[in-house]
Amino acid sequence: MAAKKKPAAKKSPVKKAAAPKAKTAVAKAKKAPARKVKGPSDKVLKEMHLKMVRIRRFEESAGKMMEDGKIPGALHLYVGQEAVAAGVMQHLSNQDWITSTHRGHGHLVAKGGEFKPMFAELFGRATGYCKGKGGSMHISSMDLGMLGANGIVGGGPPIAMGAAFSNKFRKNKNVSVAFFGDGASNEGSVHEAANMAALYKLPCIFVCENNGYGEYTSQARHQAIVDVADRAAGYGMPGVICDGMDVMAVYEAAGEAIERARNGGGPTLLECKTYRYYDHVGVRGMGLNYRTDEEIEAWKKKDAIEGFEKRLMQLGVMTQKQIEAVHTTVAKDVEEAIEYANESPYPGPETLLENVYNEKGA
Amino acid sequence: MSEAAKPQARELPYVMAINEGIREVLREQQDAFIAGEDVAVAGSVYGYCTGLLDEFGPDRVVDTPISEKGIMGLGVGASATGCRPIIDLMFMDFIGECMDEVANQMAKMRFMFGGKATLPVTVLTMGGAGGSLAAQHSQSLEAWLAHLPGMKVCMPSDAYDAKGMIISACRDDNPVFVVLNKASLAMTMEVPEGPYEVPLGEACVRRQGTNLTIVAFGRMVHEAMAAADKLKDLGIDAEVIDARSVQPFDTATVVNSIKKTHRALVIHEAVKFGGIGGEITAQIQEEAFDYLDAPVMRVAAPFSPVPFSPALEQVYIPNAESIIAKVKETLEL
Ligand SMILES: Cc1ncc(C[n+]2csc(CCOP(=O)(O)OP(=O)(O)O)c2C)c(N)n1
Ligand SMILES: [Mg+2]
Repeated sequence: MAAKKKPAAKKSPVKKAAAPKAKTAVAKAKKAPARKVKGPSDKVLKEMHLKMVRIRRFEESAGKMMEDGKIPGALHLYVGQEAVAAGVMQHLSNQDWITSTHRGHGHLVAKGGEFKPMFAELFGRATGYCKGKGGSMHISSMDLGMLGANGIVGGGPPIAMGAAFSNKFRKNKNVSVAFFGDGASNEGSVHEAANMAALYKLPCIFVCENNGYGEYTSQARHQAIVDVADRAAGYGMPGVICDGMDVMAVYEAAGEAIERARNGGGPTLLECKTYRYYDHVGVRGMGLNYRTDEEIEAWKKKDAIEGFEKRLMQLGVMTQKQIEAVHTTVAKDVEEAIEYANESPYPGPETLLENVYNEKGA
Repeated sequence: MSEAAKPQARELPYVMAINEGIREVLREQQDAFIAGEDVAVAGSVYGYCTGLLDEFGPDRVVDTPISEKGIMGLGVGASATGCRPIIDLMFMDFIGECMDEVANQMAKMRFMFGGKATLPVTVLTMGGAGGSLAAQHSQSLEAWLAHLPGMKVCMPSDAYDAKGMIISACRDDNPVFVVLNKASLAMTMEVPEGPYEVPLGEACVRRQGTNLTIVAFGRMVHEAMAAADKLKDLGIDAEVIDARSVQPFDTATVVNSIKKTHRALVIHEAVKFGGIGGEITAQIQEEAFDYLDAPVMRVAAPFSPVPFSPALEQVYIPNAESIIAKVKETLEL
């Protein structure tokens, strides 16, 4: 199948939320294939908003905690990219799998991750999602269908492909989603996973979060193409591009791909154009001059949360007060979770040799 | 600490000694270049490539995509055909991404081709735990590499050796892995200006002693030295050998020491089971059994992946205390 592309920053889906029926007709008229995804309800819009606010507040606080010395190791923050996680995860249940990246907190939060065990994990405490053994780069929750952040760039896609194989093998309707970056798109592992997913027609969605950089190297300096989605044609799957700063655009594009996968239509490569506000690691990073303040500010003008909140108010889905209430509640959740993490015990030395093998299954 | 005369020596951190080593090589070898992720514009995530792009230009200081298999293959192909590549593998753990190029191509090509291919390629990589970087950014996998006939592997423990061993590795006409340690980056010592070699395959006696021989690898040399200082207060005089090279390994220096001390302890940061310490222990009993008054002991990491939590990582990494405890056991104190 040939790659098909959508222009970035597609505006129609957002408007659709105001008057779903009328706008569905418009969308249908504009596009060749009939839309399969229904216009999102107010409930969905509010949930996506909540997801994004939860990610942002979690990450902002995690950044502060790291700077205060509370969080050891490497911390890759997701601030700026919230719309991608929220828009994709809105279509997934706990039975659907995702694989994440080194920049994984946002994916876990959007998948239903709770702040307390998340902060506890980042603090290296026994009450964390991974009992303090994994930390930020390996945070995971099997119960939520989150197969881990990953310290290995390109580590996730083959695993997601395997999970999709498992879904197909066990004949359920669940899908798996592999999140990966523009930088990761140059790893052989990604190509091998994509080829196999297309070959076996697996229910696997490859979501490339193209934030323009792999560490300190711009996309133009790490690959000769502009759109990672172009590669879809080479794998034999549809390639779709969407505005990763627009949660509605992500929601719509991901919805189509996920529905196709659930119905046996095989994988999709979905590229979301987005941006990370903070540095590669931590908040300020190493102070390298690899991108300009103007560029950062230009992207911030398209901020996923601010823009969406204006929409929600215009559409009458939420009032200013309600939006503020969401922020207040989430801020309180963060505070409580940090307190919880702070008071949680460190894992005892005896736990070091636990979980290396499954002792029960032996 | 080191054997060479050092008229122009000045204090330099390990990280800048690495930088000078690479710089000297790029100056003296016109066929040499360095390639890796974020080595050029960013100057490497550790900072040891700072200034190289300015001095040598983008043809010789090359930023690559995140494609370790490609990067390592670049090193194999370019070295076999007339270049002297320096390949930078940001974290040793990422070797999984390119192990075929390392194990099946780089290490074996010369042998498979009946000696008709020469691969003067040096790989710089960073091992070691200690910064809560967890299971995929903290490993010490030198034993994987030392197990490959055709591959040389060294582990400079300090700044002087880092510079000298990088130069030796790049002058060597074989594939050489220089395994650096991220916990040593800020450690300073006197380092001479200009080029000098620290030979591959030669261990170094860091401290003379009579009661037992401690053989340590990489950063563990410093823990062994700290342990030896404390042991002195207990009346135990330990000899500390910095192995420096893993492959080839300098068995003779170790055996000579044991002839004097009659006891040995091998220390590395890698997991004990299957670690290089097992090989060294076996060599000692093969070649110095008659001189031993006690079983050869080992201090190494327990059999688990490197944990994230500082509380666990502290317990995980061997240190002066765990070395002292094992010394007491060896001496039956
Ligand atoms: C196999 C491997 N190579 C290199 C790295 C070091 N590294 C960590 S994140 C990163 C950049 C990844 O870029 P991208 O995939 O675009 O994700 P982003 O950081 O932009 O979210 C690199 C090179 C790694 N962790 N794993
Ligand atoms: Mg990126």
